[in-house]
Amino acid sequence: MKKVIVGLFLIIVAIAAIVYSIRDPYVDKDSLEDLKTKFSTIKKSKVDHSKFPELQKEFKDPREVTKACISCHNHRHKEVMASNHWNWERPTYVKEKGILYIGKKNTINNFCIGSHGNELSCAKCHIGLGVDANKNIVFTDSTNIDCMVCHDNTGTYAKGNEMGGAPAPTVNLKAVAQNPGKPTRDNCGVCHFFGGGGNNVKHGDLEKALFHTTKTVDVHMGDDGMNMSCIDCHKTENHQISGKLYTMSSTNNHRVTCEQCHGETPHSESIINEHTLKVSCQACHIPVYAKVNATKMEWDWSTAGKLKDGKPYVEEDEMGNHAYMSIKGSFKWAKNVKPNYIWFNGTASFVTSCQPIKDTTKSVVLNKLYGSYNDPFAKIYPVKIHKAKQPYDPETGLLITPKLYAEKPGEGGYWKDFDWYMAAKKGMEESCLPFSGKVAFIRTESYWLVNHMVSEKEKAVSCTECHTSENSRLAGLNDFYMPGRDRNNLVEFIGIASILMSLLGVTVHGSLRFYFNRKNKR
Amino acid sequence: MAKQKVLIYKKYERFWHWMQAILAIFLMITGFEIHGYYSFLGYLNAVTYHNYAAIALIVLIILTIFWHFVTGEWKQYIPTTENIVAYIKFYTNGIFKGEPHPTHKTQLSKLNPLQRLTYLGLKIVLFPLLVTTGILYMVYRYPQGSKIEFINIGGLEIIAVLHTLGAFLMVAFLIAHLYLTTTGDTILSNIKAMITGYEELEVHEDKKENQTEQNLQQS
Repeated sequence: MKKVIVGLFLIIVAIAAIVYSIRDPYVDKDSLEDLKTKFSTIKKSKVDHSKFPELQKEFKDPREVTKACISCHNHRHKEVMASNHWNWERPTYVKEKGILYIGKKNTINNFCIGSHGNELSCAKCHIGLGVDANKNIVFTDSTNIDCMVCHDNTGTYAKGNEMGGAPAPTVNLKAVAQNPGKPTRDNCGVCHFFGGGGNNVKHGDLEKALFHTTKTVDVHMGDDGMNMSCIDCHKTENHQISGKLYTMSSTNNHRVTCEQCHGETPHSESIINEHTLKVSCQACHIPVYAKVNATKMEWDWSTAGKLKDGKPYVEEDEMGNHAYMSIKGSFKWAKNVKPNYIWFNGTASFVTSCQPIKDTTKSVVLNKLYGSYNDPFAKIYPVKIHKAKQPYDPETGLLITPKLYAEKPGEGGYWKDFDWYMAAKKGMEESCLPFSGKVAFIRTESYWLVNHMVSEKEKAVSCTECHTSENSRLAGLNDFYMPGRDRNNLVEFIGIASILMSLLGVTVHGSLRFYFNRKNKR
Repeated sequence: MAKQKVLIYKKYERFWHWMQAILAIFLMITGFEIHGYYSFLGYLNAVTYHNYAAIALIVLIILTIFWHFVTGEWKQYIPTTENIVAYIKFYTNGIFKGEPHPTHKTQLSKLNPLQRLTYLGLKIVLFPLLVTTGILYMVYRYPQGSKIEFINIGGLEIIAVLHTLGAFLMVAFLIAHLYLTTTGDTILSNIKAMITGYEELEVHEDKKENQTEQNLQQS
């Protein structure tokens, strides 16, 4: 007996040893610690700008500050002016359309729709100091560069409202000029957290709560964690900032990825590492977005223009967000939103302003993100889908870029006159596009990749949130078989039937044996 | 004819049988959790342990194939039509009347013709199906994800569906198998034999056969 037990034990040990050696040995334990060390070193500027004679004066015009910057940094303005950040466009290859210049200048979104005719308002987020009637000069004049909006480290710089990009009159330009530095989250966030005309309107994962946040909201940016800045990931060389937004980009390059720091297979479990071939990091590590403040999910322009006593008004929903605005229409907001999931290979296409809509019965996807299960470059990514009803011309089939902003009533700006015909006419004129005189509304969707608000690893999406037949997060992706979610009805039927037959046979046979056994004994 | 304790299941055979039983049942429990029927160990654990148990079972199967050929035990599974009708009659009729089994178990022929057919089916159809689809399931890499071309299978579906089918049939088999262990001389005599190795059998006064048995016992 002893021999048997010892033998059994030895065999089990041998099997265990084989199993252990077959197991994927790759465990990348140290890299996270290494990364933490790397990003906890804060580099301080080696020079004190407040001592430079060029900056010892009371600046009256922000352009003087720019000139002072360029007098020492005498090549940097060329870098800035070569960036898409400055130009509001870049040449890019779009599938089936060829090489296009794509950017804020000419794309159509389903929030405030487009920039044409609205430059004075939109330019608040241009990194230039002024956009005015003479639009072309502002993109070619180096003194128009706003160095301060990105490099102010005092936290006091702010652009004025509807001033075409000039700083608010209250800003102390001398103090700002003497305290420049690398861009912080404040510098980037002041524009990027408010895209679409309010906090968190567009992205859902980029909002003012990230100025000061916790690891629970964003594991990278939390003050209680690594407190990383935007440019820690969005690496920048010669003012060319990496990373792109797929509502305006179409090619798979210059992207910021999680893998650039964490590698392709950072998990200790090989079964999870295997997922990274087809599942993006974001898909599991961003279980919800809009964690602190709500984000806009739907925008219906068709209800805009209602007035109370001849005046525009605003209604709020229970969360305190705008539910209706006479100038913009009605909205739906949501907080702690579970993303939608799509296949994405890094390429996208757009509905451009001069492209007629052919099928007006379906919701028009403004930025089509490409990818499928069989695409070797595609992975599953989380997205926010923003739905809207926006104006289009039923005759030409073109989406209308209306003139929204105007200084005074009577100029055709919808926000002053509430007249779709005039707003469309003016806006299309500014865009150099035809307008038939008719305005109708069409349903559209835009896709926003969710990349920020990465949760702590303990809160990552669990296996059974996807591997389940009920309410799987991936219920919408049906071009592949996923264990736990998918079943073959025929095999389920045959399988369960054979188990039941087996049970039935056994029960009947057993009962008969029992019955006859007792009968025979008697 | 006299009753005598005879070694039917040798040491390795018993070890193999019970290891296989444990692993198979464990694979069923974890497998159907992965299939999404219930949650028990947790999905990640279920998948991880299912893979480990599968590798252990494959090792066991390789050892056992080796053992079968070395000992010549594989001959026990050669299918035969001899007595097959008698056994069908026995299980559908005679067993209720308390009639004895149509043939006697001996060490050289411990499986009745129905068992031979069933176990041969397991060995050449069901196990290979489960093992091949299981291995493909494990080494499978998503399309174009691996540099090894031949495992770039277009999708998991066919592998997974066949593996699931095999799993259902295993459960159905297990139910019938457990029940049929009770059809020995007494309800527990078959199970006892599989644990101790010995079973009380009626031994023919055939010297030749006895001689062989003793030789085998000694070996």
